Amino acid sequence: MKIDDDLIEYLAELSRLELSADEKGPLAGDLTDILGYVGKLNELDTDGVREMTHPFEAVNHFREDVVTNGDHREDMLAGAPDRKGDYFRVFKTVEE
Amino acid sequence: MGDDLRGLSALDIGNLIRDRKVSSPEVTRVFLDAALVDASKDPADDTKINAFVNIDEEDAMWRAEEVQRLIEAGDAPSPLAGVPMAMKDLICTKGGLTTAASKILGGFRPPYDATVAEKLHAAGAVVLGKANMDEFAMGSSTETSYYGVCRNPVDTSRVPGGSSGGSAAAVAAGLAPYATGSDTGGSIRQPCSFCGITGVKPTYGSVSRYGLMAFASSLDQIGPMARTARDCAVALSIMSGPDGRDSTSVMDAPFDVCKAIRGKYDISKMKIGLPRNYFAEGLADDVGAAVLDAAGRFEALGAVVEEFDLPLIEYAVPVYLIVACAEASSNLSRYDGVKYGYRSPNASDIRGEYYVTRSEGFGTEVKRRIMLGSFVLSSGHFDAYYKKALRVRSLIKAEFDKAFGKYDFILSPICPTVAFRIGEQIGDPLAMYLGDIYTVSVNLVGAPAVALPCGTGEGGMPVGMQLIGPGFSDPMLLGAAIRYQDEYGAGA
Repeated sequence: MKIDDDLIEYLAELSRLELSADEKGPLAGDLTDILGYVGKLNELDTDGVREMTHPFEAVNHFREDVVTNGDHREDMLAGAPDRKGDYFRVFKTVEE
Repeated sequence: MGDDLRGLSALDIGNLIRDRKVSSPEVTRVFLDAALVDASKDPADDTKINAFVNIDEEDAMWRAEEVQRLIEAGDAPSPLAGVPMAMKDLICTKGGLTTAASKILGGFRPPYDATVAEKLHAAGAVVLGKANMDEFAMGSSTETSYYGVCRNPVDTSRVPGGSSGGSAAAVAAGLAPYATGSDTGGSIRQPCSFCGITGVKPTYGSVSRYGLMAFASSLDQIGPMARTARDCAVALSIMSGPDGRDSTSVMDAPFDVCKAIRGKYDISKMKIGLPRNYFAEGLADDVGAAVLDAAGRFEALGAVVEEFDLPLIEYAVPVYLIVACAEASSNLSRYDGVKYGYRSPNASDIRGEYYVTRSEGFGTEVKRRIMLGSFVLSSGHFDAYYKKALRVRSLIKAEFDKAFGKYDFILSPICPTVAFRIGEQIGDPLAMYLGDIYTVSVNLVGAPAVALPCGTGEGGMPVGMQLIGPGFSDPMLLGAAIRYQDEYGAGA
């Protein structure tokens, strides 16, 4: 699998990253090497093998839906890079 | 007493505090001073360990005094009450800087405690500060930290391992009696091996991940790191247990390691498997020899040691890379500069706010893994890479299950070499990933493993070994490690 510039652009878009020209070249090389290496998995026949997403058979642990965390509005907002009153402030998200 | 305290185990210090030979504030002062001296050194000074990214002197002294009051009232909450410790910078403490050693979390003070932090506080732990690590735990050398490389106290030209390198270095350098680490693919065990200390990667789900910044959620597990297996046993008993805030929590009750092994632990009934494939090409001679010597010591204690085949090891790192990066790319999507941490001043619209913040906030290794994760999860590649990896993960699990049908424990090396030099591998990501070959399977299958020193290799550097057991055998693993260290010492 060769990672070319178009694919790097596409992956950066999926990753919400803006890569500099200096970053793209080495990254394409690294990803090509890494994907070449993990291609090793194709040596194994996995037909009919179950996909394992979790170390143990997942069983949901339900608990009562009780509010335990109280009102932490000010604590949560205290770390905001930018705020206005009780809101996180960001750039406009809707075009006029 | 002073600096003599810095060479003691956490339990020995806990006993001195309980016996009123020394107070928690006195002990805390000794470790704080040592940590602050190191922190004050110039980053270019090659004697600087740089084990901490943040030291919270005021909070530590306040907590030490609070715990001392309990102890004087005869209410010491645990054998480690009043003993200082280092918290990995990936574990949230309320109001305490927690940055995952990343620029993107610069200045972040969590509004809550991780469950582990809550439990340790309740047990009277005194948190000195946050231990250095690879950014978001992505690395094997603590060289990807935004706050500078951490050095190995045994030889400061070498790395301490990673990602919990600051935790290991703090313990090995006598800057903290014990520490928390987290292990996604070897991040507790490999630094233990490189720095010559003991640590536990517990059974998946036994220690709550609530408040641990997520890297790869199906692999991450918090565990203790210390000078001795006994210290780790007590710390794990404190840290483990059920938690309604972590849906992957699987315990009914915390491990009571001391109770579990009291009186009934007998190493002579143990059957230990040595996976032949782990002692093959790629393993440095000095490391292989030290681990085999240790196997001989277990035999001398009466255990039966046998070689067996674990052939899928060569597929473990590929599966790990795919699974870990896929989960990381998803987990790290939350860092967008909106609610906490770093926001770039160089953006002029909402798109830029996300893209520029993330591009400036994440380091190279983190970007590489997010990109790789995006690739294996993208339509067109999902089946060929991600699903394929999940199927091979099943095969690896089956291989370990089969081994545990025959053996109580598996004994293996942790890393193919002793600690490498700073800068030696950072330019070659694939070489760095391959160093995880002996450790990642444990995370893929959810098993527990204890890492402990087993001698020295090239340049007098420590060599570690790991004992791997089936799920929930953590107390028995620690029992074996304690027995081994009682007989041969914690450095052998």
